[in-house]
Amino acid sequence: MNFELTEEQKMIQQAARDYANRELILDVLERDANSIYPAKHVKALADLGFMGMMVDPKYDGSGMDTISYVLAMEELSKVDASVSVIVSVNNSLVCYGIEAFGTEEQKEKYLKPLARGEMIGAFLLSEPEAGSDATSQHTTAEDMGDHYLVNGTKNWITNGNSASVYILIAQTHPELKHKGINALIVDRHSPGITLGPHEDKMGMRSSDTHSVMFTDVKVPKENRIGADGFGFKMAMMTLEGGRLGIASQALGIASGAYERAVKYSKERKAFGTEIFHHQSVAFKLAEMYTRIECGRLLCFHAAWLKDNHQPFGVASAMAKYHCAETAMWVTTEAVQIHGGYGYVKEYHVERLMREAKLTQIYEGTSEIQKLIISRDIFSH
Amino acid sequence: MSVLIYANHDAGKFSKSVLELASYAFALANQTGGQVTALVTGNPAGSELDKLGKYGVAKILLTPEPGGRAFDNRAYAAFMASAAQASGASCVLFSDGSISRAVAPRVAVRLQAGYVAGVIGLPDSIEPFKIRRSVFTGKAYGFVEITSPVKVMILARNSWQIAENPVTCTVENFVPEIAVPAAGFEVVKVEEQTGAIRLQDAEVVVSGGRGLKSGDNWKILEELAGSLGAAMACSRPVADEGWRPHQEHVGQTGKVIAPNLYFACGISGAIQHIGGISSSRVIVAINKDPEAPIFQFARYGIVGDLFQVLPVLTQAIKKLKSE
Amino acid sequence: MKILVCMSVVPDTTTQIRFKPDMNSMETTGIQWIINPWDELALTRALEIREQPDSVVTQVSVVHIGLKDADPVIQKALAVGADSAYRVNVAAAGAMEVACQLSEVVKKEHFDLVITGHDSADYNGSAVGEMLAELLDWTSFSSISSFSAARDSITIEREMDSRTETIIAHPPCVLTIQKGIAKDPRIPSLRGIMGARSKPLLQLEPIPCTGTSAYVKFENPAPRSKCRMIDPANPEELVELLRNEANVL
Repeated sequence: MNFELTEEQKMIQQAARDYANRELILDVLERDANSIYPAKHVKALADLGFMGMMVDPKYDGSGMDTISYVLAMEELSKVDASVSVIVSVNNSLVCYGIEAFGTEEQKEKYLKPLARGEMIGAFLLSEPEAGSDATSQHTTAEDMGDHYLVNGTKNWITNGNSASVYILIAQTHPELKHKGINALIVDRHSPGITLGPHEDKMGMRSSDTHSVMFTDVKVPKENRIGADGFGFKMAMMTLEGGRLGIASQALGIASGAYERAVKYSKERKAFGTEIFHHQSVAFKLAEMYTRIECGRLLCFHAAWLKDNHQPFGVASAMAKYHCAETAMWVTTEAVQIHGGYGYVKEYHVERLMREAKLTQIYEGTSEIQKLIISRDIFSH
Repeated sequence: MSVLIYANHDAGKFSKSVLELASYAFALANQTGGQVTALVTGNPAGSELDKLGKYGVAKILLTPEPGGRAFDNRAYAAFMASAAQASGASCVLFSDGSISRAVAPRVAVRLQAGYVAGVIGLPDSIEPFKIRRSVFTGKAYGFVEITSPVKVMILARNSWQIAENPVTCTVENFVPEIAVPAAGFEVVKVEEQTGAIRLQDAEVVVSGGRGLKSGDNWKILEELAGSLGAAMACSRPVADEGWRPHQEHVGQTGKVIAPNLYFACGISGAIQHIGGISSSRVIVAINKDPEAPIFQFARYGIVGDLFQVLPVLTQAIKKLKSE
Repeated sequence: MKILVCMSVVPDTTTQIRFKPDMNSMETTGIQWIINPWDELALTRALEIREQPDSVVTQVSVVHIGLKDADPVIQKALAVGADSAYRVNVAAAGAMEVACQLSEVVKKEHFDLVITGHDSADYNGSAVGEMLAELLDWTSFSSISSFSAARDSITIEREMDSRTETIIAHPPCVLTIQKGIAKDPRIPSLRGIMGARSKPLLQLEPIPCTGTSAYVKFENPAPRSKCRMIDPANPEELVELLRNEANVL
């Protein structure tokens, strides 16, 4: 067992940290206040190679391991989770989905520009009637011989408007239930696609979230990922990696809030001394630190399993569950340590608290993670 | 120890830092039993040269401007080194500035001398020669031991009090017998510096906060800044209100600066702001609220009404600067 | 044109500087080392020029005088785009020794232009560039705030105390640069980070150089004292203190 990061991993961590502290911080408050999509940051991060981090260099990716991805996600999320969710979706859902299961033609046509960050992707699974329960898809992809005809609505789609490429999960053979589901690569500008309004969210306000409506949208057959009926399995396997992305994001939100709380407690005085001298504050920070460190180890462990081609679905569920809950708790307590300052936007912790809430909900709620973990306990 | 100083002048006038240098050199020579020689280039008036004698310089070596019009590091260094040899100096001193930084290290090589910049006081010991300087951008002091017979040193700004030590001062013309290669470069444009000082580079910064009450009230700050040759800055709320441009916003989300002297006027001192100024050497806070956190970080504080304090302060600084 | 950028490795500028109990050397545990920020700007500008279309600059290399533990920091210079790196394997005691080792590298590897930062963030010596120029008997320019290269000449701006000069000069020469030469240092791309591994980082053995100065002891500055309050009716007192106590006016 080796807990030492490599020099390259440290350099990647530093690069992400530098970008966050030098660039993201400058307009994060304004983008949050006005729900502005971070187009220039997405472009800059793409140029640095963060949009296709783990993709094989032969498909124009950066060829990094998953540990590096966790490190980068944590650093970006310390400052701006709206940006890191765009990174996460593109990397662990869209790029991964196509690289792991797509055809050579699909990789050539879609993966390369996605990995370069010239195209951004979105992953369309949730529906108005089905969030966590992916086994029943109301969106249909009817087999028309040489193409699929898609109808239905997808909800809560991150990058809904900014994406050029969708990975769509839809039902082809309803009688086969989840075994009749397909995953299709869909051009966002295909005729028949309309967007719902930009969702006005509590947090992550700088990422664009939409519902996406499909009306008789034609998708060529060659855009199906894997064999007929592979869609559900593809989605579940892809989401294992997605969970790890969000776990690292939650980790970053927690450690970002924690670092701000530590700094504040060294500067702020009450009752004649810096507040970290008060045990009520010091113990709280000790608990934050410990919970965050647990989360970090869970993320690293899941990443290590993935890099070593071992099953990591349960490990990533534990990482996501723990980190999301930790993020919510740590950010709430960080606001508390800041007192009134914590409740105003300039100090960032209230924003981190709003962002933390979503990590308990998306890409599998905390309840779903517990379901995955508990099923595993009793499956042996 | 015989000391040679480089007495540079601006259009024939010696600046305060040269007089500080002469005073320091006199103290050093005195400590070790020696005298102070000054190298002066060009042709300043006799009355200016007399000034050097007043501050302890016993001999002036007057030499034509080396290298013609353009400032050539190599030619100046050759002149200085040759003057050091001619005067038998075992210590060559400069005041801090762009010329000394350009020349002194070269002089050290020519004389095979130990080199120290940022000297802030007399040596702790002469044998061995040990001297203190500031390191890590003022975060610590270091003691440097020089093992060579000749020393080349740059005196830090504002580190020595001017002191009159009148001595008889003789002036000699000095023409070094050295071959300085042609400069081999051409100055194609010269721009005399005017106008605003860049905030990040400024030695002195005058900054205003919400306490100024309105953008229209900035004149009193501008006047203070003008008297100090300072750059202007502001706190975040001021930039947000549009009283001042965002480029002047200093703080964690704005610019981070480290001037020698920072005036925080009507700034309460939110942690965000402190993050941008905490490396300043000296912080002066002027605020009407005695509980304002800025006073925890300031070295000097005035609790009072800006609109009364600042104009008097500006006058006092103007008076000092004109002396 | 071959450019060599000299880089020193310094503690991260936010580091709290501590010394070993005997106060003879710096406590280095827990310190994060970085490229001296001014040297990093010099490198940034050199790379910008090299990457221009039809650039006359054919090579940008970095050199560091120091021991192996600096290699990760040197890797960063390679990751942001330097073509190769040299490290002379010696713990030099002062600027003179550093300049002496550098002069050997410049001569051996036939560089046309050497660029250094005007100040290193540790000992604030800002002497190496000029010493090197003297050892090589090259022309040198200090306080350079702008720099571009043409076929057999360079155009630079030099900030003297009260004026800015535009100068056309001809290599070989040494430039000592200050802030303003480049905007921000680069953040390495992931590809750059992975590619750095395959670029040459050559370890050279030192030549004999005698130092003339060395740090023998350090001292911490006095702790931040309490704010001294001044009577608002008497701001002259403040001016007096700024002048004579704080020495900043």
